[in-house]
Amino acid sequence: MERNEVSEKLTGVLVSELGLDAGKINDDAHFEEDLDVDSLGVVELLMALEDEFGVKIPDEEAESIMTVGQAVDLVHTKLNS
Amino acid sequence: MTGADARVALVTGGSRGIGRAIALRLAADGLTVVVNYSANSTAAADVVARIESAGGRAMPAKADVSDPDQVGNLFDLVTAELGAVDVLVNNAGITRDSLLLRMSHEDFDAVIQTNLRSAFLCTKASLRGMLKAKWGRIISIASVAGISGNAGQANYAASKAGMIAFAKSIAKEVGSRGITSNVVAPGYIETDMTHSLGDGAKESASSAIALGRFGQPEEVAEAVGFLASDASSYITGQVLAVDGGITL
Repeated sequence: MERNEVSEKLTGVLVSELGLDAGKINDDAHFEEDLDVDSLGVVELLMALEDEFGVKIPDEEAESIMTVGQAVDLVHTKLNS
Repeated sequence: MTGADARVALVTGGSRGIGRAIALRLAADGLTVVVNYSANSTAAADVVARIESAGGRAMPAKADVSDPDQVGNLFDLVTAELGAVDVLVNNAGITRDSLLLRMSHEDFDAVIQTNLRSAFLCTKASLRGMLKAKWGRIISIASVAGISGNAGQANYAASKAGMIAFAKSIAKEVGSRGITSNVVAPGYIETDMTHSLGDGAKESASSAIALGRFGQPEEVAEAVGFLASDASSYITGQVLAVDGGITL
């Protein structure tokens, strides 16, 4: 899957699972600071991404995900490895 | 999940004593109950048979819930067979009683591992499904020993006090997602655990109890049944002592 496809699907999950405004979602958007997603929300998001993309995101990797771009990169890498 | 009869409950240590009574109670309330046990498969099968002959649904599941791999396998099995766990009852517990001066490292560690770590592992494994459903009930079975301490049970009391603080922390972490976490703290209950108390010890304990007697496992299960239901929807982070008044 191409990165921009991952990005689109991920944006879809953010909108449907967390009720976020699609207009605010870009690679640089910080989950907690820019998008008002609390720490539990980030955990829920990563679980939703695991289900959506069929990948596994172990706790150690999940800890470093702060921005939308980082989440897209992580999923993209896993899908293409 | 809507309605008790669509819900799945996992009772750790559900083959005997208080766990057994809890499993029977939740099944009678319409939940499908997973009766976890670590060794006594006959007892677990008996609980399942009782539930089924009363028209309920249950399955036995063997796992040492203080072991991360076994907990992982347990939850994989339950998810595959029944779906996500809606109600988790952290009941598995052991005692290794002794005066502190005589207590070995192994006896201290074993009680903390089984009692406290099991609650951690099982709660963590349940949260995924509960977060998705935005509904969950985590009920941890502590003890009045965890509230007041008990001579000869420093390890057990420590593990149970730990469960109380653990349950309160979880209540704060996931409450916004419709998941409640509460504790039931039984006092002296008629089970294998208290069976070995001598008559003298039983009498002296009873005289400290306002209701003047030991409790029955079913009386503890009543409290758990309430906390597992929709009726307890605004109750979280609480410790409900079912102890005949011994902590008064």
